[in-house]
Formats: sequence, C-alpha cells, structure tokens
Amino acid sequence: MADDNLVVATQVRKEFGGLVATDDVDFTIPRGAIVSLIGPNGAGKTTFFNQLTGVYKPTSGSILFDGTEVSYLPPHAITKLGIGRTFQNIRLFHQMSAMENVLVGMNCRLHSGILGAILRTPKVKREEIEAHDRARELLVYCGLPRRHNERSGSLPYGDQRRLEVARALATEPKLLLLDEPTAGMNPQETAEFTAFVSKVRDEKGVTVLLIEHDMKVIMGVSERITVLEYGAKIAEGTPAEIRADERVIEAYLGRGVGQTG
Amino acid sequence: MTSIADRARGIASAPRDKWTAPVVIVLGLLYPWYTETLQALPVIGDFVPSTESMVVMVAFTMMALGLNIVVGYAGLLDLGYVAFYAVGAYTAGWFASQQFDQVTFSFLSSVPSDQPGIHITMWLVLLMAGLLTLFAGIVIGLPTLRLRGDYLAIVTLGFGEIVPQVFKNGDSFFGFDLTHGTFGIAPIDAAGLPVLASFTSLPKNFQTSPNRAMWFYLGAFALLLITVFCTVRLRDSRLGRAWIAIREDETAAAAMGVPLMRTKTWSYAIGAFFGGVAGAYYASFRGGAFPADFYFQFSVFLLCMVILGGMGSVWGVIAGAMILGYLDREGLATIGSKIQDAGLNFDPTKYQFGIYGVIIVSMMLLRPAGLIPERRHKIELEEGVHDTPFYDVEHEGTLTDRDPSDD
Repeated sequence: MADDNLVVATQVRKEFGGLVATDDVDFTIPRGAIVSLIGPNGAGKTTFFNQLTGVYKPTSGSILFDGTEVSYLPPHAITKLGIGRTFQNIRLFHQMSAMENVLVGMNCRLHSGILGAILRTPKVKREEIEAHDRARELLVYCGLPRRHNERSGSLPYGDQRRLEVARALATEPKLLLLDEPTAGMNPQETAEFTAFVSKVRDEKGVTVLLIEHDMKVIMGVSERITVLEYGAKIAEGTPAEIRADERVIEAYLGRGVGQTG
Repeated sequence: MTSIADRARGIASAPRDKWTAPVVIVLGLLYPWYTETLQALPVIGDFVPSTESMVVMVAFTMMALGLNIVVGYAGLLDLGYVAFYAVGAYTAGWFASQQFDQVTFSFLSSVPSDQPGIHITMWLVLLMAGLLTLFAGIVIGLPTLRLRGDYLAIVTLGFGEIVPQVFKNGDSFFGFDLTHGTFGIAPIDAAGLPVLASFTSLPKNFQTSPNRAMWFYLGAFALLLITVFCTVRLRDSRLGRAWIAIREDETAAAAMGVPLMRTKTWSYAIGAFFGGVAGAYYASFRGGAFPADFYFQFSVFLLCMVILGGMGSVWGVIAGAMILGYLDREGLATIGSKIQDAGLNFDPTKYQFGIYGVIIVSMMLLRPAGLIPERRHKIELEEGVHDTPFYDVEHEGTLTDRDPSDD
C-alpha cells in the first residue's frame, strides 16, 4: 500500500440508468497536496465527490481512503474516517447559529450519550465547554470573528461559504473536499479564499480536493489537476501540463481554437 | 462566567425572564389548593378546570412533549403516536392488574398483596412502560425511519392503526389472553405511596384516598416536570443538535458525520418513552386500558397540540397541550352549556374536531410558528433581531463587539 497517497480510486463507475456519470475513473490524491478536479458542466465532478463521501454508492470500482475501502460505507462513517466536505449550493443548517453549525460538525468527535446529556455529568459539561471553545476558535480561524450566535441563514453570502468550511473543518478531516467554493464570490473574495485554502493545508495539514470553474483559482492554488469530460478522465498533471494539453483545450474551448490560439 | 446551560442554549431558546419558570412551577404545584377559590369567582369561575381534568391535561401534555421530540426537534412527521400511548397503557395493565391471575405476585403495590395477578408498584411500572415503549419505538423505527417525509408519515399512520388493533384482538394469542380483547384491561391498580403510607399519613392508594384528584394531579405534575427537564436537556445536547441538523438538512447532516438512522431512531424511541410513561399513568388514573381509546384522532389531537403551541418549543407545546386538553375535557362542554343557557341550540362538543381544525387553520394563517414559537423560528420571522452574545463578553469582548455596519 503506497502510503503517500491518501486516496486511491480505481475504476470508479457510476451509472444512473443508461447514463454513465463517471466512467471507470482512476484517481489518486497524494497526502498533503491540493488537487483540483475540473471539467465542463455535467462532466461528473460532483458525482465523483458524492461517491467519495458516500452519498452515492459506485456501480463498480473501489475507493481506498487512507487504506480503508470506503465505497460501501454510509456518509457519516466516511466523515468519521476523515473526509470533510462543503456543498456546491451552500447547505448550512439555516435555522441554527453559526456556532451550532460548527458544533454539529464536531458531532462525530464528541462522545456524550443520552443519559450523560440528561444528567449533564461533569464529563459532558467539560466536553461541551471544550467543544464551544474549539468551535469559536475555528470560526475565528475561518474569518468569522463575529456574529457566532446569529442564525446562519442570515449571514452574508461570503460568510456562509466560510462557515461551510469551518463546519467541514470541525469534523477534523484528513481530506477536505471543496465543491466550487468560490462560486459567486467577487475577485477580491476569491483571492482571499484561495490564500486561505493554502493556509489551511499548510497549518492544519489537511489534503484538499477542489472542484472549481475559476481557472485563476485552479492554476494558482493546485499542485495537480485532473480533467473530466463526459464522466471520463481525459487528462491529469501539473497546472502547466494541463494548460498545454490539447484535449483539455478542446473540451473547454472547442475544436479548432487550439490551433489558431 | 455564563453557565453551561447558557452556553449550550445558543439561540435555541429565548433569554426569558428567569422568574417565569419558577412561578409557573409553583402555581402549577399548588393548583389543587386554589382551584375551588378560582371556581367560586363570578363569570370566569365556570371556566376553571377541575383538578380531575387537570390530571388528564397534564398527562396529555407529557405525550405532546414526547411527540415534540419527534416532530419538533427531529422534524419527522409521526401520525401514529397513539401506538405508544397504547403500549404504555397496556404495560400498566399487564404489570398492575388482575389480568394474569394465573400468578400472584406483588411488589410494593398499592393493593393488598393477596390479590391474584401481577401487582408491581405503579412507579416502577411507569419506568417499565417507558422502557417497553422505547423498545417498541426502536422496533417500529428501524424499518420506518429509512423513509423520508410523506412516506414516513404514511407508514407511521399504519403502525398507529396496527398496534391498537393487535391489542384489541389480542385476547387469544395461541390461546393466551394477553389483552382481554375489546373489553380492555380493568381495573388497573392506582398509583399510591404504600411504603411511605406505613409510617406517615400519606395515602397508600390514590384511588381510594379522599383527595384522589389532588394526589393524582401531584403525581402527574411531578412526571411532567421530569419530562420537561429531560426534553430541555436533550435539546441542548449533542444529540439535540444532531436532531435539529437532520430537521434542517438531512444530507448535510449526514455529510457532517451525523448517523441518520441512529439519531432518528433515538428521537423516535425517546419520544415514545414519554408517551409510554404518560399512557401508563393515565391508565392508572382511569383505572383501565381500553382499546377504544387508541384511535387515530388521538394522534392527530396530539399533533395539533404541538402545532398550536409551536413545533420544537417546549413552552409552546405545554401551552398548546393545556389549551386543547382543556377544550377537550371541559372547555367545549362549558362553552356549550353557556350557549344553551343563552337560548341557542348549539353544542360545540359535537363539532370538536371541526373546531380544532378551525383553530389550526387560523393559527397557520395568523401565527404560523405557533403560540410560543421556538426561538429559531421566531428569529426567522423577525429577521434582523440579533441575539445577545452568550459567551463571556468581558474576556472576549473583541470578538463580540459588533460592527455597526453589520446591522
């Protein structure tokens, strides 16, 4: 088992009826890297994400995460193993406060049971206080120094994106999956966010897998890029390699442009 | 330094006046002592519920609080809650009556120990009823809770019909009379304080005590306090947050590491627990468990209490349950007699479910989040009202200082 790869996906295939959403994709994520997954709309990026996090079960193929086969595990078990994610369309718990959102993220790292919760034993009390302190730190770390008790649905858009990352980090992931995190952000926010992703990788030691459309973000932050089209992998390599790849240019810009441009 | 409760509460509940709860508890506890004074008042006196009715209202409130865990916290629509009431009532019937007169067993019971049948003290039976109902909740929940939304509601509706039918027809399980069929199990032993009665003047048996209603009321009120305490503590815990997360967005909750099946099943089972305890106590008060009580309308009636009061709000559900419980027990009849005194021939008790329907529809139009909404819903409806910071402002003031431009 090659230990320098955190994720080894082999021949991952997902069919929805007759549609092949991911077509025998082979994919590896080296430990500690920032890897991007790109491709035109409908290329199967999010489907691949969902298979990695257990939302979908692959039709065939295997996904090894940190040496464990995860393709048949339910989402919460995969989260516990160490995969945290954000969603393409923000899916916060809108009625809960920012703080509570992060606390839900910590759910799988806390231990208090039913009787403990009712009796509020010293152990549970201590755990709750620590969790609140940790949640607060995490919110500040992710750039949300204020408004921890506000309903998360009332936060500005950019803050909601940050909160999703904070919530994902609260699960203490080894691998952080970000599904189009900069969608809808202005250029300045995007630049800040890109820097933040690098910072998280360096300081928290997490590996990052990114789905993104913004080429500036991709080329700026990722160390490796994988390109999907119609569910199949068409290219893989460093940003420089991808930029020069004929098939990628074709997939993105259409035939003919590559030659003239 | 703020207490853990304040920290944990977050926006879950409003920062209410700290006197509200103690005052309500003391007034509630003393109710039997001033009922007659209130009833003697002109005009409104007729509308004051008797202690007897209050016992039933409090038992219903406990059931509504149990249902609130399922519907209000976890957001699972349960249309078959009456099944748990039935399981609780029949548990009381099995372990505290002459139903199984093949054996003679008595344990701290309020009835003489030479009576045939199993007679265990009602307080232990309540716990047994709760645990058995909890188990029933798990058994029903495991296959059912895989479904979402409407499908879940339909299947719970089915179980709500199946369970009472089993009790109704359970007078010959392979020749064994488990439930005594349509007659139900009666008499069920009353609650009492046989141990204390041996050396104090407390009643050995509430049913035969001269202050029957008062003693039953005090017992019910104590159980209600325990229920409220448990539901509030659970709401503010890790499990409570997981419930609300599931209510908000099931997929996101699973992705954040909340085990869906386990968390939902616990909400179902814990909700069932309180329904079972309340059912057993009510059966002890009525002195029987009768299959005709466990009809579908009762599930809807409990659901109306939760909706009327405010889903997820403990105070709200208590208010909703007391109001509907009152109308059901006395209110409509009292209003009806007033109307008839005025010379109109109209009996509102005949239209009770129609009246509850009108109440619910008006609530949905005028106050959709309930009489006393859960804090979260309230914020939603009053956007822009900010919560006070709940952690230590003195030490971490820099973090909570609110930028005026935020508001």
